[in-house]
Amino acid sequence: MRLLKDRLARRAMGGLAAVPGLLVLLIVVGLFLKSKAILGVGPLSGLLFSTAWAPLKGQFGFFAFIMGTVWVTLTALVLAVPVSILTAVYLSEYAPRWVREAAKPVIDLLAGLPSVVYGVWGVLLVVPFVGDVLAPLFGVTSSGYSILAGGLVLAVMIFPTIIHVTLEVFTSVPRSLRDASLSLGATKWETTRHVVLRKGAQGILAAGALGFSRAFGETMAVLMVVGNVPAVPRSLFDPGYPLPALIANNYGEMMSVPRYDSALMMAALVLMLIVLFFNVLARRILVRVERRFR
Amino acid sequence: MSGVPDGRLARRKRTDALFRVLAAVSAAFVIGCLLLIVGAILWKSVPALNLSMLTRTPRGGFYLGREGGILNAIAGSLYLAGGATLLAFLLSLPLVLYLNLYKGRDSKTAVWTRFSLDVLWGVPSIVYGAFGFVVMMALGLRASLLAGILTVALLELPIMSRAIDEVMRLVPRELMEASDTLGATRFETAVKVMVRQTAPGILTGVLLAFGRGIGDAASVLFTAGFTDRVPASLLDPAATLPLAIFFQLGTPFPEVRQRAYASAAVLTLIVLLVSLAGRAFSRRYTRHVVK
Repeated sequence: MRLLKDRLARRAMGGLAAVPGLLVLLIVVGLFLKSKAILGVGPLSGLLFSTAWAPLKGQFGFFAFIMGTVWVTLTALVLAVPVSILTAVYLSEYAPRWVREAAKPVIDLLAGLPSVVYGVWGVLLVVPFVGDVLAPLFGVTSSGYSILAGGLVLAVMIFPTIIHVTLEVFTSVPRSLRDASLSLGATKWETTRHVVLRKGAQGILAAGALGFSRAFGETMAVLMVVGNVPAVPRSLFDPGYPLPALIANNYGEMMSVPRYDSALMMAALVLMLIVLFFNVLARRILVRVERRFR
Repeated sequence: MSGVPDGRLARRKRTDALFRVLAAVSAAFVIGCLLLIVGAILWKSVPALNLSMLTRTPRGGFYLGREGGILNAIAGSLYLAGGATLLAFLLSLPLVLYLNLYKGRDSKTAVWTRFSLDVLWGVPSIVYGAFGFVVMMALGLRASLLAGILTVALLELPIMSRAIDEVMRLVPRELMEASDTLGATRFETAVKVMVRQTAPGILTGVLLAFGRGIGDAASVLFTAGFTDRVPASLLDPAATLPLAIFFQLGTPFPEVRQRAYASAAVLTLIVLLVSLAGRAFSRRYTRHVVK
């Protein structure tokens, strides 16, 4: 009887273990099937590299949206990576123990805040800051709803991701390597730069890739501050229209225009594949890093 | 060497000091961001926050600035996140137990499943939303509480599984071997040893996932719909807090935007409370755990 129960449980649980892998596949396949209708119409390059966006005329060019996503994401990365690495350096190398212990929950809380809350914050503070303070400073006029505002909000959102991963990598660098460097007369910063940062270089790369994929797919917060104008942005103060925002904004109309739903599902598929690529890349690097330090 | 005035050493020391300050400032900035976000939202919400906001559903013209509250969204969000968390829990607990007990911890299955979970964790919520929508259409479902629950459960699955997995991996192997020696089947070991040992950690993982689920907007946008009423059945559409905030903020009326801030404050407080509760649990109930 007990053995029977055990065997049943084993079967059931074993089946579940296949779920995550299958789910990844299922998402890709499901979205692909839905986007087939649009893929059949024209060549793929026509969809990805055309800026003609007129769903009512059946023109679906994603280029402006892809560029919008890329601009916002890169802005966020440029802003977030240095600050996050320095923060991780501070927490792992300089900070006293109690500060480190106190900072971790705060960073977790930051990671747990809903994206809508980030969006509201962006509308409250970041958009006026960009529009009324930064734009005049650079001699341009901007409503504030811009690539830069999106990038700033996103940067804050991906701090926790990057800090968490880099911090983990830094703390796994053996103490003795640092001691060796310090005893040769290197200053603390020199030790950090030549030992910790060099040993952790791959980990930093992985953290960047994870931050990238998190930022790339972020929807609500960006949507609320980025302006949503379907044109290829030319400066940081221009509004943009990232892919996720496109999907989110148009779900209402997509059923009434032919092939619109298919186009949006294809946007989701593109998003999924890009994010998947960077995620897999980051995880591969991290696995290698972990193996090396063990 | 250190006694002699040395230009290079002085410069190296200056660089060292500079980076120490830079690093500290960065850390302070990151932590300041959390305070700035929570502070700004709470501050802005004060004028609009009152009891009827929490206890009433929207009345006619609510989105034009008239009477009513956001009870529909609060209830909808709690139902939705609650249901999704329960569903995700029913999936992830056996899943993780299987990885840790039946399969070796570092077996190929375990490594691959963990990898898939990590990948799933990185999938943007809008993609879950789109996928949920595809499934919904395939099943002939309308936007409803049920469809929302299913979608959010998928979103929560990797978060919860990985959190539970982290604590289960720490259970000492000897403990399981002791249980084996006493003649327990694997299943008995799972329920009586593993789950008990890691109960606080499991709870923390569940709360973590709940917090993510309740705050997510992009995944429920397609799937849960929106309504002014409190959902009465699984097939009714359900309003959610994040979407209520989004819609209210999108109107041109200052009173309604005020309410968006207040709704955001409510959501922030719920998420912070859940997160702090998870933290408290993991600290408090680790006393009975064999280390």
